Amino acid sequence: MTATPRMENLKPNDFASDQEVRWCPGCGDYAILKAVQRTLSEEGAQRENTVFVSGIGCSSRLPYYMSTYGFHTIHGRAPAFATGIKLTNPALDVWVITGDGDGLSIGGNHLMHVLRRNVDLQILLFNNETYGLTKGQYSPTSRPGTRSPSSPSGSLDSPFLPCVLALGAGANFVARGVDTAVKDLSATFKRARSFSGTAFIEIFQNCLVYNDKVFSNFTDREVTSELQVVTMHGLPLIFGTEKNKGLRFDPVRVELEVVTLGENGITEEDVLVHDETNRTLAALLAAMQPPNHPMAIGILYSNSVATYESQVYSQIAAARNGGANLDDVIRRGHTWRVNG
Amino acid sequence: MEGSLRSSDKTPKNERETRDSVIIRFAGDSGDGMQLTGSQFALSSAIVGNDLATFPDFPAEIRAPAGTTFGVSAFQIHFSAQHILTPGDEPEVLVAMNPAALKVHLTDLDPGGMIVIDRDSFSEKNLRKAGYHTNPIEDQSLEGYRVLALDMSRLTQAAVKPFGLSQKDSLRCKNMWALGLMMWMYDRNREPTINWLQQKFANRSEIAGANIAALNAGHAFGETAELPDLGQGYAVPRAEIAPGEYRAVTGSEALAWGLAAGAHLADLKLVFASYPITPASNLLHILAGLKAQGIVTFQAEDEIAAACAAIGASYAGSIGVTSSAGPGVALKTEAIGLAVVAELPLIVINSQRSGPSTGMPTKAEQSDLFQAVHGRNADTPLVVLAAHSPANCFAMAIEAIRLGTKYMTPVILLTDGYLANASEPWLIPNIENLETFPVKFHTEPNGFHPFMRNEETLARAWAVPGTPGLEHRIGGLEKDYSTSNISYDPANHQRMTEVRAKKISGIADELALQEISFGPSEGSLAVVGWGSTFGAIEEAVHAVDEEGLKVAHIHIDYLNPMPKNMASLLSGYKSILVPEMNSGQLVKLLRSAYLVPAEGLNKVTGQPFKVKEISSAIRAKLGNKK
Repeated sequence: MTATPRMENLKPNDFASDQEVRWCPGCGDYAILKAVQRTLSEEGAQRENTVFVSGIGCSSRLPYYMSTYGFHTIHGRAPAFATGIKLTNPALDVWVITGDGDGLSIGGNHLMHVLRRNVDLQILLFNNETYGLTKGQYSPTSRPGTRSPSSPSGSLDSPFLPCVLALGAGANFVARGVDTAVKDLSATFKRARSFSGTAFIEIFQNCLVYNDKVFSNFTDREVTSELQVVTMHGLPLIFGTEKNKGLRFDPVRVELEVVTLGENGITEEDVLVHDETNRTLAALLAAMQPPNHPMAIGILYSNSVATYESQVYSQIAAARNGGANLDDVIRRGHTWRVNG
Repeated sequence: MEGSLRSSDKTPKNERETRDSVIIRFAGDSGDGMQLTGSQFALSSAIVGNDLATFPDFPAEIRAPAGTTFGVSAFQIHFSAQHILTPGDEPEVLVAMNPAALKVHLTDLDPGGMIVIDRDSFSEKNLRKAGYHTNPIEDQSLEGYRVLALDMSRLTQAAVKPFGLSQKDSLRCKNMWALGLMMWMYDRNREPTINWLQQKFANRSEIAGANIAALNAGHAFGETAELPDLGQGYAVPRAEIAPGEYRAVTGSEALAWGLAAGAHLADLKLVFASYPITPASNLLHILAGLKAQGIVTFQAEDEIAAACAAIGASYAGSIGVTSSAGPGVALKTEAIGLAVVAELPLIVINSQRSGPSTGMPTKAEQSDLFQAVHGRNADTPLVVLAAHSPANCFAMAIEAIRLGTKYMTPVILLTDGYLANASEPWLIPNIENLETFPVKFHTEPNGFHPFMRNEETLARAWAVPGTPGLEHRIGGLEKDYSTSNISYDPANHQRMTEVRAKKISGIADELALQEISFGPSEGSLAVVGWGSTFGAIEEAVHAVDEEGLKVAHIHIDYLNPMPKNMASLLSGYKSILVPEMNSGQLVKLLRSAYLVPAEGLNKVTGQPFKVKEISSAIRAKLGNKK
């Protein structure tokens, strides 16, 4: 993954393929594509060592718009293809592009397992709470009561919280971003790319055709400050237009509570400091939902452990050391000679 | 097979009577160690120089309740002074360790055959569990058989007493006692088994010692007990076998080593992605033990992930292999379709088992041929191969990798539960002397697009991530023939569909012509088979040949595409009989492809064909009443 030094990094546009982008005008996917291209440029990535693997859905068209290697596979299975790619060539920088339907419904199993194995990948889950490409059915992240062509009376399923699911599956890097915040997204992508292991990033992505403004309750400019808390490792979890709100641990209810600095004698000392290596804290942050709590955005959890493929190759290297060749293997055990 | 215990001629008492061929079946409880007993007997027979074939038959339950009929595990071995190809039809010796084993297997025993019974295990409780109302040893129901009812449990306990084992552990040695007796009866050397026991129980010397004592006691019992009619036991002389170094090999072993060898010959890394399923799991176990050979194995979360990981591995420049049985292959179907349209090499191994659905997991069937040839959405051609014997799995695995990489196509290799577990002697090849077929990845950026084709093979260029200047995108969407960009153009889809079909059908041009494995090149009847029925069909046509019936045996290893001469070859016979362990699949493929009057001979009991089932069908077909 380490790029050989070049005189000059490729520009974001150098990572764009010659294919016409076919997402709906105004789709949040454009911004995410830009953030990805910008990240690769700033990171000095090389096209030939970068692979985008996707499943099926609007988001999964992204590989066609990149000038890198790309594999548009089948519905929900991208993590499994990506695992095979990394098992062959661990040096490749592999990105999995998926959505809430692809990654959490038909592909939920693969997502869980790739997270617990910790294959060195970046997984970008475009969450728009709908099945866009099949024309707007409710998805596994749709809120209860969502009216859609397949749920005219309102959906009945309780939704997944993708980051809670990822942490539950044993993910070692979990982050959140918003499609319109390209700069922050790019910063998160960089951290994800340098993370050694599976980096899971949920991106709130607006589908303006089938689910417009579904996240506006915490992404609209006027509410962002009050209803988003940006998690920064080592810094207190403070938010609000006046920077006077904070998250405090409530030991009785075992949850995070929103407190106001200066009220009831509360000071910055009472506010939790974000520790991205604390899985319990990450789970509490991931579970927070507006309007009673702010949505936690940024890197919720990051804790490096050995990658799956590095361990696979360590075992192979250990076995190879003094190991037999295949001609020896097939002669192991009882053999006998028939003389002519 | 011809030699029978009944034909006891007047051999002097102090000499072993010579037999041409013998079939023994060891049967007992799942926990009685029948598989080990049988395989040790097989090994000792191989060392004597007999040709042999074995057939393990065990329940799907890991530890079925002791003493029940569904918990019976058996191992049949056919050893001979002649060349043999099957584990044999009816055993002439049945070693039954308990009433349930007798109940299940007596029906198969040759009339007049010998039954060796552990009399001690025929307790009231065990008889009841096996469904006997009276004791068959005492109620004359075994009349006509030669019954050796021995105090096997008690004799074993006495032999192992010095080792101070618990009663339970003492009794677990009785399979070795039975093995010792059979080794005396057929003049086998105990030494390899003793060595094996010493190795297996290296850390538990009392267990090793007890088992060896039981083995020796069984042998000594044969020598001294002066069993009626047995005289000095039997001898089965060595067979004429091509010189060289041999080992016993199961289909699973041959397949695993064939895959490893194939990847080596292709100069590719082998990535084997699989999900546990009976009877395919052994392949995963064996390959997982070959890390020193650089083989990567991946136990995926499910069948689909296994197929997808294997395809991802091939995309990145390994040879990706996935394996399963029918239900698992059904789950992999969509991924295989992607490998067809993305034109990536992928080896899919199907160890077929009885179905539909979960069916009978440990029993063999050949009912996934249609699934392999046609079982995908849309026009999705790929290569289908079948292995026809345990040892042949080695060659077919190499062939699968050769064709898959040369033509950039998925290859389905069909084996079955019988091939996976059965074993036969194998002339060990020298892998370094096998012909290599090193893969050359495409590296030239000039004029490159991913679906540019080799004019001769129609295979697309294999360019792997990491290669500068060849960055490209592939996937399940239809691609333009000339640019490889996504295309919904009607004429282009027609063209791409045709080129995918032509690439596969064109492989027939390089395949060796279909041979006749035995019999005339034209005539009244050809018996056409595929897969594990090879041995039974071959022995059947040999048997009827001795009666003057000139019948051909044609065995098809290349099922899609079939060899070029198939039409002309089949047209040389007035009728065609197709024995299959399914309800008639190859027979329909032959009829539809070649418009020949093929008829099926079908069996779906979960058991392999017996030779006589096929030879009787041949006689019936030819109006010969014998």
